[in-house]
Amino acid sequence: MLTLSQVNAGYGDFQALFDVSLDVRSGEAVAVIGPNGAGKSTLMRVISGMIPAFGGSITMQDVSVLDTPAHQIVGMGIAHVPENRRLFARMTVEDNLRMGCFSPQFRDRYTERLEFVYQLFPRMRERRDQMAGTMSGGEQQMCAIGRALMSDPKILIMDEPSAGLAPVIVQQVFELIERIRGEGLTVLIVEQNVKQVLKVVDRAYILEAGTIRMEGTATELLESADIQKAFMGM
Amino acid sequence: MNNNIVIAAIGAILLSLPFVGVDSYPLHLIIVILIWSFAYTGWSIMGRFGLVSLGHGAFMAIGGYVTALLWNNVGLTPWIGIPIAMALSGVVAVIIGYPCFRFRIVGHYFALVTLALSEVVRQVIIATRDTTGGSLGYTPERHGEGWSILAIQSDDRVAFYYIALAVWAVGIVIWKAVDRSMARYALEAIWEDEDASAAVGVRVTHEKLKVTVLSAVMTAFAGAMYCQYQMFISPDTIGGVGISLQIVFAVVVGGIYNALGPTVGAVITLLLAEVLRIGIGTENICITDKICLNAAGVPLLIYGVMLVMFIIFLPKGIVGGVLDRWRGPAQTGPSKQP
Amino acid sequence: MAEFTDALFSIFFVETLINGLLLGGVLALLSLGLNLVFGVVDVVWICYAEIIMLGMYTIYFLHVDAGIPVIIAAGCGIAVTTILGLLVHRIVIHYLLDAAPINQLLATGGLLFFLQGSAMVAFGIEFRNLGVSLGSLIVSEDIYLSWTRILCFVLAAGSVGVLYVFLSRSYLGAAIRAISQDREIMPLMGVDTKKLYLLTSAIGGALAGLAAALLALQYDVHPFIGLSFGPITFMICVMGGLGNMVGGFLAAFIFSELITIGGYFADLEWGYVLAFVVFIATMFVRPEGLFARKS
Repeated sequence: MLTLSQVNAGYGDFQALFDVSLDVRSGEAVAVIGPNGAGKSTLMRVISGMIPAFGGSITMQDVSVLDTPAHQIVGMGIAHVPENRRLFARMTVEDNLRMGCFSPQFRDRYTERLEFVYQLFPRMRERRDQMAGTMSGGEQQMCAIGRALMSDPKILIMDEPSAGLAPVIVQQVFELIERIRGEGLTVLIVEQNVKQVLKVVDRAYILEAGTIRMEGTATELLESADIQKAFMGM
Repeated sequence: MNNNIVIAAIGAILLSLPFVGVDSYPLHLIIVILIWSFAYTGWSIMGRFGLVSLGHGAFMAIGGYVTALLWNNVGLTPWIGIPIAMALSGVVAVIIGYPCFRFRIVGHYFALVTLALSEVVRQVIIATRDTTGGSLGYTPERHGEGWSILAIQSDDRVAFYYIALAVWAVGIVIWKAVDRSMARYALEAIWEDEDASAAVGVRVTHEKLKVTVLSAVMTAFAGAMYCQYQMFISPDTIGGVGISLQIVFAVVVGGIYNALGPTVGAVITLLLAEVLRIGIGTENICITDKICLNAAGVPLLIYGVMLVMFIIFLPKGIVGGVLDRWRGPAQTGPSKQP
Repeated sequence: MAEFTDALFSIFFVETLINGLLLGGVLALLSLGLNLVFGVVDVVWICYAEIIMLGMYTIYFLHVDAGIPVIIAAGCGIAVTTILGLLVHRIVIHYLLDAAPINQLLATGGLLFFLQGSAMVAFGIEFRNLGVSLGSLIVSEDIYLSWTRILCFVLAAGSVGVLYVFLSRSYLGAAIRAISQDREIMPLMGVDTKKLYLLTSAIGGALAGLAAALLALQYDVHPFIGLSFGPITFMICVMGGLGNMVGGFLAAFIFSELITIGGYFADLEWGYVLAFVVFIATMFVRPEGLFARKS
């Protein structure tokens, strides 16, 4: 469904990704794991057009993503949950969700999608008129995911959903991800929280210093001695 | 080429100008340019560190009006009046600057607060019209004929030329002194990152205040000199938002990171205004009976276009831009623009 | 002191307060457009009042010279300033989006001179009066309120209301509120920021046109009229918290009351001095604006 081939990207003179290739098949959940500064966020940003690629190709169902203007990428069915949630803190939860439905082609289905998000996360219905910035970290993550779901995406890409959250909340976030998977959504997720994320995905890629070092199914990787040593401190 | 020789040669040319048959009118222009150059140099001393003040019209006006008012009403000679005006201007700079720096008012917030200062001074001058003549302007009383050392007044342009030249040269020397001082490194560091500078022991408020007071005092002096030379001041010729913007723009045009930038800016903007004024005139040009064009607005119009072009295409100004071409961009100033 | 208290409880003081309120409506409208543009594009249009000035000229010439009814002339004035707003963005700001904020400010300052110069060339320096008078509302023997001012207040309040509904109910309004909070992720929401900038500049221009129509009823137009409204408009916006439209709205009334009250006890200029001094003092207490939210 989403295919990256030989993608090079970075900021100005600094290159963060070197010939990165990966693909996500329909209905699958895939993780990209790796240490801090490996280029994980860059990968997410280049997919959703926040930064341009130096070279390579990205396609979504055989349509080139790199040739699409950034603001139209969400219309191709790619919804991005940014790192640190990035909610509009001084807007209500419902206004935040509405922003997820901004593109004109989604607006007809606003009520339907809103209902879907509220069913999925009943907490959001309770908080609909609250300023997003005043909620707890876990609720904010719910809101951020809900905002991305408003456009009824084909694939949800999530950048470090557990970052900056208390351990208890992290647990909740991974439960949320499982719930989303239960809806049959395709998910691409980057995480540092390797052990947890491998429990909720089908496959994973290991990104180190901007290159893909290894790939495998979640079970394979969980059992791999290298991975255990490198990421789980075992 | 040896720098000292160049400086000596330029100095000799400048000093000999009145003897090589420069007419009274060009000499007048040069004097005006020198006085404004001094004001612009004073502004750039703080402006180059990202402290963009739109309040220098206020300091200019304080310099001119306080000096003239003391002379006319109390009979106090400008020899004492000018230092008082400068001191007052310094005090105003502290009153505005201290809280601004203390509470971290920077960037365009700082610009807009100082802009309010310009307006306060202008409105005070207009409101006290019984004493200051309001928007109609104010003239220092003439003291005797010809030269009056007591009143620092003169009909003699040559004499005033030398005074203005000396003032201007002092301005350049001050600019260079700041450029070589430790304060410069402190201020550049503050501009890059205020928190980090404070963390390594730079006294942020103190450093900013020092340079602001110096700048304000210089500008007030320029205002006083302008008044002594032109023998006429009005809120719109040495104060208000218009003059504040004029000061900033001339420096932007000339170049903010070079000692001669403000001077080049003064030469270009003032000469341009003069050339356009004479070239186009101030008469109405009537195309038909009903449609007349007022040529007096043309300099302003061209000036405006020029400024926009400069900020878009040559944000380091003429001197900075030329130097960049010449020796590579790295050396003319910090990477950050004001 | 007795004189002072007499003055305070005089019927004329009440009139002053009401006039301050009426002036506040116009100032609120003035600050609204500037705040909107700042909130979205993150640029202060120093030349905002000059755009208003050109709007006033358009209305003047269409009504006085061409004899077009004043309402239609006002509509044309709004159209002209809308186009001007678009041009300011597309021709100047567009190229400075990544420049330092202060350079953007200075560039629009250059436009200020350009627009003043153009007005001088095209229209000369005469003061021109629209010559439309609506008379006064006689409240009591002592209190006369100009209908023009009342109309201005009502229109200004009305447009503030319309804008408020637009901002809180529509998708575009939500995007306008959102962009000032997080510029970078707007493309993720499917928002074309460049288009939103243009649209906002057009709305900002249109609001300037509306302000022009209201000001043309009350003041003579001349090339330098912008200097009497410009600085005060920026200060209102800064006092209310740049980009904070509600704050700007309230600050407009604080300013207008200070000006009229100062003008009541002394000259109008002292009213301005008072307002500006209060502004500077406010900045020291609340640098982010009087009504800034604590973050």
